[in-house]
Amino acid sequence: MTSMTPAGDFRSSYRADTTIFPTRSSMMATIAGVALLCAAPLVFGRYELGLLITIGFSAIAALGLNILVGFTGQISIGHAAFFGFGAFASALLVEYHVPVPLAIWGAGLMTAVVGLVFGAPAARLKGLYLAIATLAAQFILEDFFARARWFSGGVAGRVTEPYELFGLRLDREETYFYVVLAHVVVMFLAAGNLMRTRDGRALIAVRDHYLSAEMMGVNLAYYRTLSFGIASFFAGVAGALYAHYLLFVSVEAFNILYSIQFLAMIIIGGLGSVMGSMMGAAFMVLLPEVVQAGADLLAGSAIDRTLRLGASISFLREMAIGAAIILFLIFEPDGLAHRWKMIKAYWKLYPFSH
Amino acid sequence: MKAEAPILAAEGVSLRFGGVRALADVSFEVRPGEIFSIIGPNGAGKTSMVNCISGRYRPTEGRILFDGQDITRTATSRRAALGIGRTFQNLALFGHMTVLDNIMVGRHHLLRTGFVRGMVYWLGGAQREELAHRREVEEIIDFLEIQHVRKAVAGTLSYGLRKRVELARAMALKPKLILLDEPMAGMNLEEKEDMARFIVDLNEELGMTVLMIEHDMGVVMDISHRVMVLDFGRRIAAGSPEEVMADAHVKRAYLGEPDEAAHDDAEHATA
Repeated sequence: MTSMTPAGDFRSSYRADTTIFPTRSSMMATIAGVALLCAAPLVFGRYELGLLITIGFSAIAALGLNILVGFTGQISIGHAAFFGFGAFASALLVEYHVPVPLAIWGAGLMTAVVGLVFGAPAARLKGLYLAIATLAAQFILEDFFARARWFSGGVAGRVTEPYELFGLRLDREETYFYVVLAHVVVMFLAAGNLMRTRDGRALIAVRDHYLSAEMMGVNLAYYRTLSFGIASFFAGVAGALYAHYLLFVSVEAFNILYSIQFLAMIIIGGLGSVMGSMMGAAFMVLLPEVVQAGADLLAGSAIDRTLRLGASISFLREMAIGAAIILFLIFEPDGLAHRWKMIKAYWKLYPFSH
Repeated sequence: MKAEAPILAAEGVSLRFGGVRALADVSFEVRPGEIFSIIGPNGAGKTSMVNCISGRYRPTEGRILFDGQDITRTATSRRAALGIGRTFQNLALFGHMTVLDNIMVGRHHLLRTGFVRGMVYWLGGAQREELAHRREVEEIIDFLEIQHVRKAVAGTLSYGLRKRVELARAMALKPKLILLDEPMAGMNLEEKEDMARFIVDLNEELGMTVLMIEHDMGVVMDISHRVMVLDFGRRIAAGSPEEVMADAHVKRAYLGEPDEAAHDDAEHATA
């Protein structure tokens, strides 16, 4: 496969050839997309905006996990615990009178430190063994949340403050949406930049061929651990955004099922794809909504009555999530990002795509 | 060639895996600016020797000096910065990266941008550094004539091209010594000729010292300044290509000549 640069797009400088977006039109499309999203609060109701906010912070967390799993080739099944740590950490910082906008980033840094500690075994462990080690991290942190009352408020949970900037309270969906959007843009740009510079390339090199990466001067232990730190930083910021959205953080939310949901997001979206993390998060947040809508439609209909589905309709939701993961693994293992690329290629060559 | 201090010296290197002796008391020196080849039958310990130099294996005995410095115990990832680059016998490119990114990884130890400055690409000087190094990488791309595939994903390239990209990646390290493990294996004649030309050019024009393992005797004898022969982990001969070709031990190891054919051992005892 040669490059996908469209005809007529000639780059006459290295600067033009190293842009973060592959083409000028893709940059315009992204800017237009963000601009359109800025108008979302004018169009959508609170419920839909809530979904968009959920997609936003989920996408940041999923992006962090994708840097770890998709780009570095490590594995973590304890991502939700780091997400939770960020949520509690931000709430704790706010209690010590740190303004919320700073607390979110502070929580990210605190989570990164915790991630580095739990990521230290990653310098030596691989594959299944590392998976089990991160599973341990999940349970240790969950237990810590339940017991450390000074940190998490214990089983009762912790109440926190809404986002406030220059005396403006951004506590309603219509306003908090912009907070999440801004963080999403910053984090996605940061990840995109990381992946086109030295340390990002080193992470991918570690994934693709660690022996030759080492020969190129890449310190494996450093980058494997660093990748945990970065992933945890993203999870922490995402968790903090979650905390200041719900204004209440409780330990039950951050269980292993949530960790697996993050994994599902990056598998469905596309391992090793920055934008895939966003697509996967959107898919995983919207899928239950769509299935629920379908189930509501089905309830009481002719099919329901003939098959006597009754209460089992409500299980459709859980089943659909499982089915989606399996179907993606079989038919689209490279995820939505790859499918999207194929669609673009198809239209570029239309009608001579074969 | 002047009698300079050797750029690489192996002193009594032995390597054992359990009961298997991969290398037994091998010593040799590589002089700056030369093309030094290691040949020998399969399983002779050639790649083991290169792995000891590049840090993949640690010799059981003996030591390895690079530029006068003992590197026997130096971490593998530190050797790139010292000036040792290598290519692998079985392709070892980063399969999902583009050719350009593969070669940029070779610049790793020359780049200074950490992840924090990398994330704020436009602010901390990351962009400036990337572009400066891109320019040098493009020179290597020109040198090896792989302009047409610079944006291709490495895993999709043909075998011969991948070998060439690997060489480009190793060259990007700006090594003083470049280790080539069978750079021509599995290539057709034309590709072999190209590769031989590149090796001679990078040696003569860019002044890189080359240590090469190769099975193609024609190429080895044509471009090497000196050759060392290994057999069963032992050095059985070393010297100029002509000397080595005439050596009775070498003939025996390669052609399996009966012992009586090598009765004149003493005459041909080598340096």
